[in-house]
Amino acid sequence: MAAHLKKRVYEEFTKVVQQQHEDLSAKKLRLTKPSKSAALHVDLCKATSPADALQYLLQFARKPVEVESVEGVVRILLEHYYKENDASVRLKIASLLGLLSKTAGFSPDCIMDDAINTLQNEKSHQVLAQLLDTLLVIGTKLPENPSVRMRLVEVACKHLTDSSHGVRNKCLQLIGCLGPVEKGVAKEAENQAAKDVQKIIGDHFNDQDPRVRTAAIKAMLQLHERGLKLHQAIYSQACKLLADDYEQVRSAAVQLIWVLSQLYPESIVPIPSSNEEIRLVDDAFGKICHMVSDGSWVVRVQAAKLLGSMQQVSSHFLEQTLDKKLMSDLRRKRTAHERAKELYSSGEFSSGRKWGDDAPKEEIDTGAVNLIESGACGAFVHGLEDEMYEVRIAAVEALCMLAQSSPSFAEKCLDFLVDMFNDEIEEVRLQSIHTMRKISNNITLREDQLDTVLAVLEDSSRDIREALHELLCCTNVSTKEGIHLALVELLKNLTKYPTDRESIWKCLKFLGSRHPTLVLPLVPELLSTHPFFDTPEPDMDDPAYIAVLVLIFNAAKSCPTMPALFSDHTFRHYAYLRDSLSHLVPPLRLPGRKLVSSAVSPSITPHEDPSQQFLHQSLERVYNFQHLDPQGIQELLEFTIRDLQRLGELQSELAGMADFTATYLQCQLLLIKALQEKLWNVAAPLYLKQNALASAAAKQILEETYKMEFMYSGVESRQVVIIHHMRLQAKALQLIVTARTTRGVEPLFGMCEKFLQEVDSFQRCFISELPHMQGSFVDKLLDLMPRLVTSKPSEVVKILQTTLRQSTFLHLPLPEQLHRATANIIEPTGESDNPLRFTSGLVVALDVDATLEHVQDPQGTVKVQVLYPDGQAQLIHPKPADFRNPGPGRHRLITQVYLSHTAWTEPCQIEVRLLLAYNSNKSKASTRIPKSTWSESLEALPPSENGIEGTIPFSKPVKVYIMPKPARR
Amino acid sequence: MPEIKVTPLGAGQDVGRSCILVSIAGKNVMLDCGMHMGYNDDRRFPDFSYITQNGRLTDFLDCVIISHFHLDHCGALPYFSEMVGYDGPIYMTHPTKAICPILLEDYRKITVDKKGETNFFTSQMIKDCMKKVVAVHLHQTVQVDEELEIKAYYAGHVLGAAMFQIKVGCESVVYTGDYNMTPDRHLGAAWIDKCRPDLLISESTYATTIRDSKRCRERDFLKKVHETVERGGKVLIPVFALGRAQELCILLETFWERMNLKAPIYFSTGLTEKANHYYKLFITWTNQKIRKTFVQRNMFEFKHIKAFDRAFADNPGPMVVFATPGMLHAGQSLQIFRKWAGNEKNMVIMPGYCVQGTVGHKILSGQRKLEMEGRQILEVKMQVEYMSFSAHADAKGIMQLIRQAEPRNVLLVHGEAKKMEFLKQKIEQEFHVSCYMPANGETTTILTNPCIPVDISLGLLKREAAIGPLPDAKKPKLMHGTLLMKDNSFRLVSSEQALKELGLAEHQLRFTCRVHIQDPRKEHETVLRVYNHLKGILKDYSVQHLPDGSITVESILIQATAHSEDQGTKVLLVSWTYQDEELGSYLTSLLKKGLPQST
Repeated sequence: MAAHLKKRVYEEFTKVVQQQHEDLSAKKLRLTKPSKSAALHVDLCKATSPADALQYLLQFARKPVEVESVEGVVRILLEHYYKENDASVRLKIASLLGLLSKTAGFSPDCIMDDAINTLQNEKSHQVLAQLLDTLLVIGTKLPENPSVRMRLVEVACKHLTDSSHGVRNKCLQLIGCLGPVEKGVAKEAENQAAKDVQKIIGDHFNDQDPRVRTAAIKAMLQLHERGLKLHQAIYSQACKLLADDYEQVRSAAVQLIWVLSQLYPESIVPIPSSNEEIRLVDDAFGKICHMVSDGSWVVRVQAAKLLGSMQQVSSHFLEQTLDKKLMSDLRRKRTAHERAKELYSSGEFSSGRKWGDDAPKEEIDTGAVNLIESGACGAFVHGLEDEMYEVRIAAVEALCMLAQSSPSFAEKCLDFLVDMFNDEIEEVRLQSIHTMRKISNNITLREDQLDTVLAVLEDSSRDIREALHELLCCTNVSTKEGIHLALVELLKNLTKYPTDRESIWKCLKFLGSRHPTLVLPLVPELLSTHPFFDTPEPDMDDPAYIAVLVLIFNAAKSCPTMPALFSDHTFRHYAYLRDSLSHLVPPLRLPGRKLVSSAVSPSITPHEDPSQQFLHQSLERVYNFQHLDPQGIQELLEFTIRDLQRLGELQSELAGMADFTATYLQCQLLLIKALQEKLWNVAAPLYLKQNALASAAAKQILEETYKMEFMYSGVESRQVVIIHHMRLQAKALQLIVTARTTRGVEPLFGMCEKFLQEVDSFQRCFISELPHMQGSFVDKLLDLMPRLVTSKPSEVVKILQTTLRQSTFLHLPLPEQLHRATANIIEPTGESDNPLRFTSGLVVALDVDATLEHVQDPQGTVKVQVLYPDGQAQLIHPKPADFRNPGPGRHRLITQVYLSHTAWTEPCQIEVRLLLAYNSNKSKASTRIPKSTWSESLEALPPSENGIEGTIPFSKPVKVYIMPKPARR
Repeated sequence: MPEIKVTPLGAGQDVGRSCILVSIAGKNVMLDCGMHMGYNDDRRFPDFSYITQNGRLTDFLDCVIISHFHLDHCGALPYFSEMVGYDGPIYMTHPTKAICPILLEDYRKITVDKKGETNFFTSQMIKDCMKKVVAVHLHQTVQVDEELEIKAYYAGHVLGAAMFQIKVGCESVVYTGDYNMTPDRHLGAAWIDKCRPDLLISESTYATTIRDSKRCRERDFLKKVHETVERGGKVLIPVFALGRAQELCILLETFWERMNLKAPIYFSTGLTEKANHYYKLFITWTNQKIRKTFVQRNMFEFKHIKAFDRAFADNPGPMVVFATPGMLHAGQSLQIFRKWAGNEKNMVIMPGYCVQGTVGHKILSGQRKLEMEGRQILEVKMQVEYMSFSAHADAKGIMQLIRQAEPRNVLLVHGEAKKMEFLKQKIEQEFHVSCYMPANGETTTILTNPCIPVDISLGLLKREAAIGPLPDAKKPKLMHGTLLMKDNSFRLVSSEQALKELGLAEHQLRFTCRVHIQDPRKEHETVLRVYNHLKGILKDYSVQHLPDGSITVESILIQATAHSEDQGTKVLLVSWTYQDEELGSYLTSLLKKGLPQST
């Protein structure tokens, strides 16, 4: 039972991804029997009852119809349509007509007349509605035929008086989708009663059925989308609809008002019950604001969302949205925000201890209090306090968009955004933090606001904390106390959540470089230096101390007086950190020291960076090794590889490039080493050991080439050729080795043939690149190709051996940007000593949290591998929804891995790691090759031969302690 | 003119003892049945003798509706049903029904056991009373009897608080009870659809207040607690067992969860555990967040909040304690307060209003030296904070509700007269509806203009609708038919059917008229002339010359006879039925003008 259960679990949670060979579009239309229409005809004639006929039609609808026979089928259907008495069958026929006219490649103008004719005698409202729907499909299929459209619109207008809401609905939809948009067309059709579609649709704003009203508004919006300029007169009509009883009408009306406000922002509209006039956009803004306190949350979300995009609104209207006059017993009261601000400006720190601190002050004139504001008053105050988090998120988003366009508004909305940091729903908190970050250019945080912001640093959600760090990276703080507070809170955060280390350091880096002058007075305190006494040297490995140093060094970059305050050990620590955390610590000009920074003159442009130069120089050196002796070559390669690896560690921006080239050189080195064995000529069986080395080398090269091809983002086709070439060499090597070790000729035949095929496909794939590969292995091989094909395996092997030796080393051109895919498993940390206990046979969910960098399409490629101590490995494909994308090139995988095992006697460790899956069929090269040249030949090849699927581990394995207990009976 | 009469027996221009009588279309409904906190004599219960001096109340009341479980809304219920005597249905929501008896029992205990009163309702009476309760769901329409129906809406004030719509025919009243328009940590906001009642009876506790954002309050509260705990201090929060206490618990619980805090939170036992149990059960009545997350974890299954034991108060280290009662006047909260008051690291947070004379009120007004019983002086060194968490709608919220419901009249209760005055004026000014605020015992009469629904047969409707333009819902339309009032129902039917149903024979009503025409010719020639004349004029009608010498125009019959005395005068007899009155009179006037001179 347990085993069965386990199996089920695996089946459910590990997805077996099967490539679907069926072409999905084939579902549409692919049948070659021309007698389709005839068969249908026979079927329909056979049908004795409407139910039968309906069954036939349903069956028919399941199968696609090819383009050529559509018209015939339509005729048959129409014929039956006229004969049919049962409404449900007619309805089905009508819907089939619509489906058929959607057929790609079929032009439905030939059946239009018939379709219109059917309308005339139809009595059933449902069938009528369906027929109109069919007409709509026909109309949309004929976009460049205005006369047809005019006709259809006329038909629709005629049926607008129908008593069924469904028919009216469809008519309006049709008019909205097909109604004439250009002025010219309207004039052309003027003789035909000069129909103004807008007026026709507008008349139905007052329809008795709410569904029709909604359809009318939607049709109007549709016209707008198609480019028709709506009349301003509609505005007043739309305003009335805002008070409709039905939420879908109100929701659509809000949209319409918004559209109009964007079309006529500067028009003047009168305010009812007074003589004043205001701009239309302001009026619309006020009205939409009013809808933020609507009874239906759907409307509220809609309204709150639209507010964000009304940027033309005047500033005093905008600022009203945050206004809420408080009173208590008819006396004016200040809001908490105002009080906080006052305290701040008076220089006094929050007392908060006094009873009645918030006691109301002045009396309010009862006449002046306006409880229901007609305008925008307090819209956001309401929106942000709404019951539904959807509304709150929409309000925060709108706030963000408005604040981005208006700095003064940004300043004002700050208090409210800060309040949202304490929302009960995490999404809302996250959204408001992101919003704050987006508007951070326009704002400076007051101390009390900063206090609230920093309080969130203790949040247990990593997402929130990281978002907050990002926010702090780009906020402006006004006082040195603020900086100090931020530092203290960040350090507190660090002690509480040590995994945040990197993020906090990065945050402090920006905080320092943004506020050098504010950091300066804090330096002695932060470094705890004393004017007279020497203080003990802090521990260099303390993350908190590093954090402080990162802040100070980044501030010191633009504050030359700061280094004077450093003590001796600070300079030493600087040198250490500059080396170990070069991405966090900037180069400084320190007095009395010749540091690396002095070599860097500011005139040097980034891509002439010395490290980059170094990279290129060392590569240059390697490529010119031809004249060196083999021993020298090997040494040179070894040194260069070592240099490059070190460079990659030091310079994170060059890491991808350096690693990539180092891997390439490593491959070459392996190849050279394998070939250099002088014992190749001797009879093979004596040197089994040697051969083992060579075959291992070949294997490793193969692996490395896959890594090169799939683990780096930014690899171009130029590199892919080289990589494939290297792989080909490795395969050749493998072939030679096998030839040496095996006795019989039989297996060799197959291998030779396979190899030659691969050479062939290489040639086909990279034919355009071949001219660049003068003197290379492939170049030589292709010259010898006619001979190879005809010769025996043993000869082939000989030729290959000599060619491999004589071939030159190809230059690996470097692309502009190259990044290595990396993954870092944050959780599980692998430090826990408490085993995860669960009953054997049942499952336990293990939370996995990892950051991925530079992984393209992580949803498709990243997999989680669980390795059990018994060697059993399990591959888990995470759900696409488990991947989040916090920034370009970065991904975050938060998923649950389900583990299960039979009972163990004692706890043991399992390994969890991330794998990058690849499929050489989908290689980057193949997508770039024009299809026509090779698609046919490729189809001939079985996919399994070309497509090698595999996985590359790209994260450090993490050990998890688990203990499956035997089930208690 | 039909009318709705409203008489508050309590809560008229007052807070406490909510009890409102409504008579609507011949039905009498009592809304809430509360007690007054401020009195200990007869005035604490509503004066039920107003309803009837002698005899059971059941004969005079059709139903009783309780809006929520607060004692000022349900405190008098056992007295009313068991001691005064009422056997009719009592309606309340499920949570209210569950929690109400706990509170009543507690109230009884305090009054009888502690204060030693006699002649008070007993536990058995509470049980009997609860047996008469019918529980309703939100938005469920309950038929009390054939005509009276009630429906509950969410009110948000406390768990299970509801607003009730009472409807008889087309007349309706909405009673809000206490409600809250801004959502809090555990409950959502009140909501009502656009039901357009004739009368909205709304509470108005905060008629003159517009409140600040709840977030600021929450943040302040959390910050203060957090700071104190970080300092290593102890926090005392005196609360009443139900309602706000749960909100504060949720608030602290989620905060502890979010911030990963470890300091213990305790809740003094007693009522609360039972009540928390109900909060766990009635998840559908809570706010969006709790409803959405309860699948993972029920928010009321507190992880960090544990039951309090007397001994814990002396434990070292930081802690937060919720203790009853809320005004620090007695019980556990006072005991803990006395223990902790001396340390300036500690803090007491008063989350609600305190009555004068209580310790709570004293320390809030800044008194630092308290005289306790036994003449000992307690010096208060701990910090004292005041945080208001109250769940009534403020002035804006009340206006918002009125806007949502669109009532024709508004009546304010449950508030102070002076404050109501202000709100009344505002309501009249902004919505142009009349607003009332009766005092206790004062009857307000509201005239209604109910529409009377009439059934119409589909055939008739279709026939009549086919005539003239398309029906437009916004415009009245004239119809012909017979109104049948039979078996207490109205029906509009065609005249034929009416006759059939009533078993009456149809009476033909014919008008006959003689018109004299000077024409010397023979009769049949005159007839022919008339025929030709009419045919020439009435082109749209079918004019026929029948073989028997008469003419028909549609169904109108014209016959000509020679005058008995004067042969030169012909008498035309025109006869038409009542239905053809229009055409008939037109014909006669036409004929009276005489025939044209023939050629």
